[in-house]
Amino acid sequence: MPFIPHTQAEVAAMLESIGATSCEELFQEIPDALKIKGIDGLGPGLTEMQAWRLMQTLAAQDQSKLNFIGAGCYEHYIPAAVWELATRGEFLTAYTPYQPEASQGTLQVLYEYQSMLAALTAMDVANASLYEGATALSEAILMAIRCTKRASNKRILLPKSVHPFYRQVVKTMTSPQAVELIEVEFDHNGQISKQKLDELAKQEFIALVIPQPNFLGILEDVDFLCDWAHQNGALVIATVNPLAMALLKPPGEWGTNGADFACGEGQSLGVPLASGGPYIGFLCCKREYIRQLPGRIAGVTTDLDGKRGFVLTLQAREQHIRRAKATSNICTNESLLATVNTIYLALMGAKGLKQVAVQCHNNTSYLKEALRTMSKFRLKFDSPFFHELVLEFQKPVAEVLEHLAQQKIQGGFDLSIYYPELGNCVLCCVTETKSKQDLEQFIQALEKC
Amino acid sequence: MLIFEKSVANRYPKSQMSAEDIDCSDIPNKLLRKTPPKLPEVSELQVIRHYSRLSQKNFSIDTNFYPLGSCTMKYNPRGVHKIASLPGFLNRHPFSHLQQSQGFMQCAFELQNVLAHITGMNKVSLCPLAGAHGEFVGIAMIRAYHQAHGDLQRTEILVPDNAHGTNPASASMCGFKVREIATNPDGDINLDELRAALGSQTAGLMLTNPSTLGIYERNVQQIADLVHSVGGLLYYDGANLNAIIGRVRPGDMGFDVMHLNLHKTFATPHGGGGPGGGPVAANASLAPYLPVPMVSLVDGQYKWLTELDCPNTIGRITTCMGNAGVLLRAYIYILMLGQEGVRRVSEIAVLNANYLMRNLVKIGYTLAYPSRMATHEFIITLSKQYKQFSVNALDFAKRIIDEGVHAPTIYFPLTVPECWLIEPTETESKQELDNFLRLMQEFLHEAATNPERLKEAPLNLPVKRLDEVKAAKDINVVWSGSM
Amino acid sequence: MQHFPEELMYTITHEWAYKDEEKNIVTVGITDYAQEKLGEIVFVELPEVGLKIAAGDEVCVLESVKSAADVFSPLSGKIVAINEDLEDSPGLINSDPYQDGWLYKLELKDQVEYDELLDVHGYREHLAEEAEE
Repeated sequence: MPFIPHTQAEVAAMLESIGATSCEELFQEIPDALKIKGIDGLGPGLTEMQAWRLMQTLAAQDQSKLNFIGAGCYEHYIPAAVWELATRGEFLTAYTPYQPEASQGTLQVLYEYQSMLAALTAMDVANASLYEGATALSEAILMAIRCTKRASNKRILLPKSVHPFYRQVVKTMTSPQAVELIEVEFDHNGQISKQKLDELAKQEFIALVIPQPNFLGILEDVDFLCDWAHQNGALVIATVNPLAMALLKPPGEWGTNGADFACGEGQSLGVPLASGGPYIGFLCCKREYIRQLPGRIAGVTTDLDGKRGFVLTLQAREQHIRRAKATSNICTNESLLATVNTIYLALMGAKGLKQVAVQCHNNTSYLKEALRTMSKFRLKFDSPFFHELVLEFQKPVAEVLEHLAQQKIQGGFDLSIYYPELGNCVLCCVTETKSKQDLEQFIQALEKC
Repeated sequence: MLIFEKSVANRYPKSQMSAEDIDCSDIPNKLLRKTPPKLPEVSELQVIRHYSRLSQKNFSIDTNFYPLGSCTMKYNPRGVHKIASLPGFLNRHPFSHLQQSQGFMQCAFELQNVLAHITGMNKVSLCPLAGAHGEFVGIAMIRAYHQAHGDLQRTEILVPDNAHGTNPASASMCGFKVREIATNPDGDINLDELRAALGSQTAGLMLTNPSTLGIYERNVQQIADLVHSVGGLLYYDGANLNAIIGRVRPGDMGFDVMHLNLHKTFATPHGGGGPGGGPVAANASLAPYLPVPMVSLVDGQYKWLTELDCPNTIGRITTCMGNAGVLLRAYIYILMLGQEGVRRVSEIAVLNANYLMRNLVKIGYTLAYPSRMATHEFIITLSKQYKQFSVNALDFAKRIIDEGVHAPTIYFPLTVPECWLIEPTETESKQELDNFLRLMQEFLHEAATNPERLKEAPLNLPVKRLDEVKAAKDINVVWSGSM
Repeated sequence: MQHFPEELMYTITHEWAYKDEEKNIVTVGITDYAQEKLGEIVFVELPEVGLKIAAGDEVCVLESVKSAADVFSPLSGKIVAINEDLEDSPGLINSDPYQDGWLYKLELKDQVEYDELLDVHGYREHLAEEAEE
């Protein structure tokens, strides 16, 4: 039997040792009426080679030549060292560090991870990861409400320029706690409408969510927005692309006082697209809110000999101790991906990271310039951007994407489904992975649509 | 040393950077970062050495026996990992056109189906990213069901007092009040207390079977009837599925909705605490509320089911459908096990646990539930050793890691004093189990003759016992440039 | 040997209360038994001054490394003072639970509630019963 080492002789010896005559006897406490003979539809087991061949055929169907989809999940080059190290058995098959003396590797990596994310976002503290970007935003919103003493309401201003899936997830995850999500329109520049904000300020609210860049790839006026929220007695929740933070002003430096919470998706930092996961959410905050941070947190301490070591700390907030009153129900997080982020950031450093961001910008600018001469589509917004552009076609996006897919080119994300006001619009992403030839090929393919 | 402490100013990865000098002046200055983030400045070889050596400070399934109860630390098959990493899957964007998604979607569709069969449920959503996430979903579905039926007075969720902490925490996150029901001395839920707690305010009951005590809940059908009779629904926590997989289905026991833990039962790697996978399975009544997206097969083509196809869905709970890499690993694992392999898993998991249990009794340890069979796990209590020698469950745990075996789960469930929850799993050989028994015998002797050795443990690891009080008082979770 | 001052009143949830003879102000804390059970306290979450509470309300959270325990108010009234020393020195609750480790003071709403609390003998009896369980 695969992965199970027991020989018949060993099983017999073990049964004798227990005083049982068969393994079936060990299930005697289960009523016979509930016992089944097997699983419907499951055939005989495959060998590793058979499984490999079957899956190779399936995987081969899904290969593309070029990818220009972003929409929250970004294609970047991943240096070989990252996954070579992260998939070492001692990292890959380790467990949650509940026995810290046996887990100093994982604990130190998590501490380094927290430090790096805090540095990247210019915030005071970070936790050891959440599931992914949308759920991280949900947790940040719930946290902001907990951090507001004597809150008279549970109103959160959630701009439409935040990822549509993030907004849907936030709704599902926060509505059971009666959180009121208020939509804020974007203006003709694709940025959060200041006019709409002023209208909404008439009612009290807990926090404003500010994306950077926003879902449309456009840069928001973060200093203004951050100050505006604080002036209105509210907190600021930043949802940011961590790679972009090597180039753009980080949340901790927004406005006069900086954002109160910063969250987002860490997939851009060394994690492959992988058909959607596993990814990794991060959540950072100002020091004064640390006790309300959900999830695990690694901290420094010393051992009996005074030697430096690392432990999970502030556990009293978590589900296994606080139970119904925990800051969150989260238990399993994305530790392996935190390891990946850490190694990637250590390898690239601030300089390497900035260059990736800058190359993304350069390539996207090239596409933007090329578009000026195109007839079949145009740039929808002429605003500052980071690695994504909104292109408007003269025909439905679905047709364009279908045509491109036939050439194994992923053209972009169909915005018309989630933004009725952006009919015939596609969100195209260009990262550092694209060469000039790739872009030429893309442009030509678009022209032929 | 931390990686930061190994930095030298102006080191940067030349092999990762081309020499281009690029102009970003079209971005308004006020939006640009002024000072670079304080990230390490180290060479590639330094990175390789630093993290390789850090990994060597870890215990892992690959290197150590890990009998952690309720965690199912079974072998993470390397072939599965290799196959799941095929470029077609690894490089595919989650929002790719359907034309380049059929391979992945076929795996997902078939996984949805096989999990439905394994659980005896009607339909499966692969979206939840961990067990706790799945619990939130299941409870949110129960909430949606009652609301759809105009049943707005159901404000309470019941859980056994020995429930895993995520159960009450998830119910709370869903806006419910949580009420705990006591367990009897023989490990079953107290039915009288349950009857007294049930009423028109009951939204549902969350149960694990086998329970967190490692015991089969013998009254499960009666419990199901009681809860259903007041209009409540039953949630199954699938953490302990390893004990019954291929033999009993939670759907047949009377559960309405449940989650599975792919990182437990289905051998996906724990990675130091995650990623996980917590698919939710539901019966016909609750299936309409499952989160989207799911995969369907229409005229030979795989398609995404969204909120348009599932009008009663609780909605999206993730950006993409589940932790795809984890889903693939679970699917490949199931393919490799096949019909017989799945049944063999529960068979040997239960054999291994009973073997350890009986032999620990022979050595002189005390069981928490001596009249019950072990399922895939069981509990011993070290209260006697604590009273006699002042050596507690924590001391024993630190002593065993000193011998290269990871300690079992300690002090959970909360209802048994000085407890050890032991789960060997089916992938451990008799040799490994016998070594564990040998060590346990030595420790018992040591507790009587040289208890200091246990109290001082560990002595052989990179650090000795760590000051957790200090970590909570002098909070330092981010490196500030000095220690 | 655990210490329980004679002049204080007690609850079955291990809080103590002491009413100032002249004013209608009651000081509240946790007993020696409770602090020992909790272990070293690393953080205290105190209520806000001015808060109106009812007997049985959760009023504080005492955090140790391994637990986070709720303190239930033995009495109804309005919080008039909190022990701000506990912010920097939460360990005072362990070292001096009856004096420097006091938690909060409240303006008593109902004298009857105070009279109905356990005296030191009643509390000792309760502890003995709990030990037997």
